[in-house]
Amino acid sequence: MKDILKELNKAFENRVRLGIMSSLMVNDVQSFKDLKRLLGVTDGNLASHLKALEKAEYITYTKSFVDRKPLTSYSATKLGKLAFKKHLAAIERLLRE
Amino acid sequence: MQKDKYLDDIEAIKDIMDRSTKFLSLSGLSGVLAGTFALVAAYLAYQVVYDGQDYFSYRIANTSGDTILSLIIIGGVTIVLSLVSGIWLTTRKARQLGQSIWDRQAQRMIGHLAVPLIVGGLVCLILLYYGLVGLVAPLTLIFYGLALENASTFAHRSMRYLGWIEILLGLTAMVFIGRGLVFWAIGFGVLHIFYGIAMYMNDRK
Repeated sequence: MKDILKELNKAFENRVRLGIMSSLMVNDVQSFKDLKRLLGVTDGNLASHLKALEKAEYITYTKSFVDRKPLTSYSATKLGKLAFKKHLAAIERLLRE
Repeated sequence: MQKDKYLDDIEAIKDIMDRSTKFLSLSGLSGVLAGTFALVAAYLAYQVVYDGQDYFSYRIANTSGDTILSLIIIGGVTIVLSLVSGIWLTTRKARQLGQSIWDRQAQRMIGHLAVPLIVGGLVCLILLYYGLVGLVAPLTLIFYGLALENASTFAHRSMRYLGWIEILLGLTAMVFIGRGLVFWAIGFGVLHIFYGIAMYMNDRK
């Protein structure tokens, strides 16, 4: 039991971060607006969680302009996808015990 | 207690993955309306093609250029009416769900719907050009079924079953080639109405 708890990733404990990663696992890219609508959170809240995931190098972003408006597209890194899969596997084992 | 939290987490993950890949705002009522339009259209088409003849005894399909033109007009009006009412009702439902109607999920679904539909439409126009009217009704059902099957990954899973039924219906119609209109009325009319009602009931739960 203790071993499994150790494998659970602290970065994904929060519901918003979990949501961001879930969405980026099944979508190549998601814009800030996409994520905001999907998760129903405020700009500031979303931004701070995105920042945390960026810091862990689980997600990256690119900035571009569409119709002269800035567009930030987020995507999961290889490291992030791997970490998320490990986290899910740990949950699975925990639930099976 | 801790297990409950992770069970909730798994539910949340599933929900987010579904909502961020699938277009779920399709309105059930629009299915009912589209089905009703299709039934009216089938009735009108019958009047045009078998003017004054008994459908279940021997009859001659009138397939002159004029009738074909009327059929194309009936078909066109039906499609436009169904699309307009469908888009209107779906926009309303999307607004209630707080989803946008033209997001990436919708685009993905329409894109997967469009390829088989456009190819099927062109095939049917070519067949009409050669006067092979009998094949058109079965083929519209088959291509429509393929389009639904193709798009179902990005919408309600149940759409896949509707697609399979349409394909089976189309294949059957191809065997009983003179009865195309009946199969067409079932596939586009009755099935849409039933599917729409099922979706509407499911949403109300």
